[in-house]
Amino acid sequence: MSTPLVLTYVGFFVMAAITLGGALMAVSARNLIRAALGLIIALIGIAGIYFVLEAEFVAVVQILVYVGAISILILFAVMLTRGLMKRDLPAQNAQWIAAAFISLAMFAALLYVALSTNWRAVETQVAGDLIPKLGTELMTTYLLPFEAVSLLLLAALVGAIVIARE
Amino acid sequence: MIPLPFYLTLAAALFCIGLYGALARRNAIAILMGIELMLNAVNINLIAFWRYVKPAAPTMDLAGQIFALFVITLAAAEAAIGIALIIAIYRSRDTVNVEEVDLMKW
Amino acid sequence: MPVDYLPILVMIAIVTAFAVIALTLSAMTGPRRPNPTKLSPYESGMPPFGSARRRFSIKYYLTAVLFILFDIEIIFFYPWAVLFRDLGWFGLSAMGTFMLVLLIGYVYVWRKGGFEWD
Repeated sequence: MSTPLVLTYVGFFVMAAITLGGALMAVSARNLIRAALGLIIALIGIAGIYFVLEAEFVAVVQILVYVGAISILILFAVMLTRGLMKRDLPAQNAQWIAAAFISLAMFAALLYVALSTNWRAVETQVAGDLIPKLGTELMTTYLLPFEAVSLLLLAALVGAIVIARE
Repeated sequence: MIPLPFYLTLAAALFCIGLYGALARRNAIAILMGIELMLNAVNINLIAFWRYVKPAAPTMDLAGQIFALFVITLAAAEAAIGIALIIAIYRSRDTVNVEEVDLMKW
Repeated sequence: MPVDYLPILVMIAIVTAFAVIALTLSAMTGPRRPNPTKLSPYESGMPPFGSARRRFSIKYYLTAVLFILFDIEIIFFYPWAVLFRDLGWFGLSAMGTFMLVLLIGYVYVWRKGGFEWD
């Protein structure tokens, strides 16, 4: 049974609202814990978008890695560097008007490209279970990047320990 | 299916919110959060293009998904190192306000 | 199919509605008679000591970093493990190389005492 179009729209708009609401909270909240909470909400909404797009594996990875691990890392970082923004500084710096202007201009440019380009999008059906196919491509076409990931993780592991320890 | 520009518009909005966060916030951790939002916007585009555009070679059918997985991996490594740097700066300078960390500016 | 996840969407809607209704109703109808005991953080509990805003030890951060990096491994193991038999020795050696590099990091962390709390 294929998904009724109206349900796809409902799913998309609910998840888009969660994502954008969380993102706005993340960049505007003065309290950093609240900003991190907004980030987590946005990341969950993005996982929902992946479900709507039928990329289930990436959606689960998003929840596992982003919501489960990266957001915890950010929360620890907030707690580790606590109590220093207590002076009444605004959360935004002096150039926030210019930053808002640049962001809006960027949005306008991206919107123009997204709407005016002919993407040659086609209606495709996702054929069953993609995970075996993902494994095959990871082990053949993308074998070299896959091995490079291990080096990246090694470098990150050693780097984080050397930098963060006293 | 929903038209592709819906997803592209969402990703563009998320990217620009993240860009604003990265440019306008004082706290280094908040800047990092903005960068995470931008990386996620790119991932939405990658997955949307995987779903809507057929690649040339059948051995690259899942290119979008695999790229997204690599971006998530890179984001995790970036967050680990970035926060380690912020903690190191906090230890030596007692601040995470990026405006006060300007010893090497100009 | 996204339609299979419809129950989750319905559940999100119900949970949100329930939370909003419950909080609104109790805020509107409940009586409010505060006294110092009621307002203390742990009523009938132990008195709190120290500040909640004190800084946390760096060890929490190191543990989180170790968790995140070994968490990433899982997302690459999973598609490989599904195909383990079909890929044969080639897949095993490819994953072996991946593991070996990470094992270097593991040994490094171990030697540096990253797994010890004190």
